[in-house]
Amino acid sequence: MQKTNLKVSILQFPGTNCEYDTQYAFERLGASTEIIWHKSESIPEGTNLLVVAGGFSYGDYLRSGAIAKFSPIMKAVKEYAAKGGKVLGICNGFQVLTESGLLPGALKRNDGLHFISKHHTLKVQNNDNIFLKKLSKGDIVNIPIAHHDGNYFIDEDGLKDLKQNNQILLTYVDNNGNVKNPNGSVESIAGVCNKEKNVFGLMPHPERAMEIVLGSDDGIKMLEGFLES
Amino acid sequence: MIKAIVNISLKAGVLDSQGKAVHHALDSLHFNTVTDVRVGKQVVLKLDTEDKEQAMKDVTKMCEEILANTVIEDYEIELV
Repeated sequence: MQKTNLKVSILQFPGTNCEYDTQYAFERLGASTEIIWHKSESIPEGTNLLVVAGGFSYGDYLRSGAIAKFSPIMKAVKEYAAKGGKVLGICNGFQVLTESGLLPGALKRNDGLHFISKHHTLKVQNNDNIFLKKLSKGDIVNIPIAHHDGNYFIDEDGLKDLKQNNQILLTYVDNNGNVKNPNGSVESIAGVCNKEKNVFGLMPHPERAMEIVLGSDDGIKMLEGFLES
Repeated sequence: MIKAIVNISLKAGVLDSQGKAVHHALDSLHFNTVTDVRVGKQVVLKLDTEDKEQAMKDVTKMCEEILANTVIEDYEIELV
């Protein structure tokens, strides 16, 4: 792949386990990457995209993402996001971002109470954002999910806002694009962004869908969006 | 020394799937009088103070900031 000058910084908490997959994914797309330990208090100079990687930060104690939000690095993350910096939270990263108030809603225990780990098809709901701009509305992508607390909840007013501002990024569907909800999420929501469209969060793992031999390379089209910033 | 007992549960209107599963299990054990089950968690804190008013303020702040996620959860505090 072509080299880009995109610099991606990837957060690592105790219990994070997707930081190296995320690093592989972005380096495959030509970006330079750096893994940032949560004790750090600043985001590296020149970071174009900050990724809160998946895993089980602090063993998911209390609630998924609840303790990570008080790690030293999170103050810098909030400042970075407030200045318009781009932030992507994947899986546990999404949970950390909702717990921190950087994204609306919360992630509850899956309705079926099982940990779900499988490929799932997702439908692009909105693409007027940097993350999904390479895809079209209605496109279907095949991306793995692996979570216990992926049941997205938001109250009615919040949901109305999400819809009004095109903040719903992706929903869980079947191969034909009809709603298929694996975990009980409100409106089958798999990912959202903030109103300003610079903070993104999703439960599925695009960084695990980078090689056709591993089941899908649809993650490329998603993460590529960040390359042309 | 004050002991604070914090009970955290999902808000009314937020589906409690664990409660539902437990209810189902109770049903299959023929505990037919059960009409609703809510599963929550309890956090017990020991506070090095005798000031109940201040303790209540502190624990409320703890609940708002970390112990509960007020988007989906309610909390009740009992000081003993």
